[in-house]
Amino acid sequence: MKGILKLAYKLLVNDKAKFTALLVGITFAVFLMVQMLSMFAGILKRASATVFNLDASMWIMDPAVQTVANTIGIPDYLLDATRSIQGVNYAVPIYSGGALVKLADGAYQAVNVVGLDDTSLFGRPQLIQGKIEDIYGENAFIVVKDPEFPKMGNPRVGTEFELNEHRGVVVGIANVASAGLFGVPTLYTTYERALQYIPNPRFTISFVLVQPKSPADVPHIKQEVQALGYLALTKYEFVDRISAFYKYQTGVGMNILIMTVMSFVVGLSISGQTFYTFVLENLEKFGALKAMGAKSGELILMILFQASFTSLTGYGLGIGLCAVLVTLAKLKLPDYASVITFWNLAIAFVMVVIIAAVSCYFGVRKVLRIEPFDIFRG
Amino acid sequence: MPEVAIRATGIVKWFGQGEARTQALKAVSLDAYLGEMLYIVGPSGSGKTTLLSVLSGILRPDSGSVSVEGADIWNLGNDKLADFRLHKIGFVFQDYHLFPRLTTAENVAVPLILKRMDWGAAIVEAKKYLEIVGLKGRADLPPVKLSGGEQQRVAIARAIAGQPDILIMDEPTASLDGDTGHSVVGFVKNNILNEKRCILIVTHDDRINEFATRILKMEDGRLTGYEKGGAE
Repeated sequence: MKGILKLAYKLLVNDKAKFTALLVGITFAVFLMVQMLSMFAGILKRASATVFNLDASMWIMDPAVQTVANTIGIPDYLLDATRSIQGVNYAVPIYSGGALVKLADGAYQAVNVVGLDDTSLFGRPQLIQGKIEDIYGENAFIVVKDPEFPKMGNPRVGTEFELNEHRGVVVGIANVASAGLFGVPTLYTTYERALQYIPNPRFTISFVLVQPKSPADVPHIKQEVQALGYLALTKYEFVDRISAFYKYQTGVGMNILIMTVMSFVVGLSISGQTFYTFVLENLEKFGALKAMGAKSGELILMILFQASFTSLTGYGLGIGLCAVLVTLAKLKLPDYASVITFWNLAIAFVMVVIIAAVSCYFGVRKVLRIEPFDIFRG
Repeated sequence: MPEVAIRATGIVKWFGQGEARTQALKAVSLDAYLGEMLYIVGPSGSGKTTLLSVLSGILRPDSGSVSVEGADIWNLGNDKLADFRLHKIGFVFQDYHLFPRLTTAENVAVPLILKRMDWGAAIVEAKKYLEIVGLKGRADLPPVKLSGGEQQRVAIARAIAGQPDILIMDEPTASLDGDTGHSVVGFVKNNILNEKRCILIVTHDDRINEFATRILKMEDGRLTGYEKGGAE
């Protein structure tokens, strides 16, 4: 059997022009598909950046909230009520909201302010400069060093700015797991200071972050919160909710889907047509093999092998090309939101398998129909 | 009495449908013997190639039987029939049908590979057959680098590499000039034919008649007599 596969391999790769055309078609299609999907994955990841960065097990919110960016204040009593629910280890308030800062040069810059629970500082970022306890100092803020950091004028510890005509001082520079989607710098401070600096409506808590005593307590906590008229979600449920919003309630999901399908169709048509032409050009040779005693199953195996080999090689090249370009793009464009996930690779793989299967199907049909007598007759 | 290599009895073959339906073979019967080089000659459209195809197990007749070693090959299923062709028949096609992307040795090795021989061993074996047909030193060249006569020899080497009992040659001199055709068929007669092998040749070329053991004439789907060796 190995000999037959080697024969198929040689017939394929020795036809350099066709093989190159096949590889280019599939590589290009995979590149486009993975590129589209990874951009979408990057956008979705950034849309949930606050959820990943604060890393709470459970989030309590108003049922109308769809994303972290559009919060609806929840009353203080909900925090106390949550702390009273059986199975809650601890619960803390978090503030998340937008504001404008006035930089030293007089320019205004939109920022996202995250107010951490004063007592626990739950969800605090990892500092690369400064000390976390300095956040309790007067006017203290921590700036996140993400791709938006330069928009704050590349501040250092001690840099001052104004926020709603209040003085602010940078006391630390921090790293976070994920940069945000909206292209604005992120400032961390205490919950109380956030409320002091930013005008707020009657209800000030954006979310209540909950740590259950055990995963088994999660359903009960959700039930109790629902009874209070609010929504409790696990971290990944909240991420899914945010993703669903961007996928289905904005044009982003549909546009990416259309681009991905177009890439698939381009790849399918280039590769399918080239492979079919390859089979057609070799049809007489397949007929000769049949006359010599090759069984139909062996011919199918040869075509399957040729299509699979081309597709998988093209898949690997496409992924490699995409990875290189994403890496290069990220070096030059810090805001470039592209993440190659295992899901992206799996979806592209399934699409490549479909391309290979469709290409094979028409080739196999043709080869099975060829009669050795036609070869004999010339 | 030589042993019968292949026996055809009452072969009938129709082509087409309705008014276009024509009978290509009209109850053809023949015996071909081991050790003989049997020619089938006749005008175009007389049914020579159709008969050869039926005898070699690549075209199913509408009625009649083809027996090899006492068994009717047309009672075999598709896979068994493919096995029969692989192990018993060697083909030299009119246009050779060599694989242009493979080397000469790889071309000759194809039947051995279909017989599940290891690739390396098949190439070594193929080079022996290339030597038999006088193409030593051409093993690593692609067929397109060879002359017509040399390509014909590669096709012959490929056909005999599987050590078939029956060698089928369709118009072996059609693509060759007179001298080359004469020399190729003479080579086959002198080097490939032996007492355990039967060679069936369809040809228009009477310049190679001297090599035939028997020559059967065919006209309008019937065997009409012998041009040579019809004593039996």
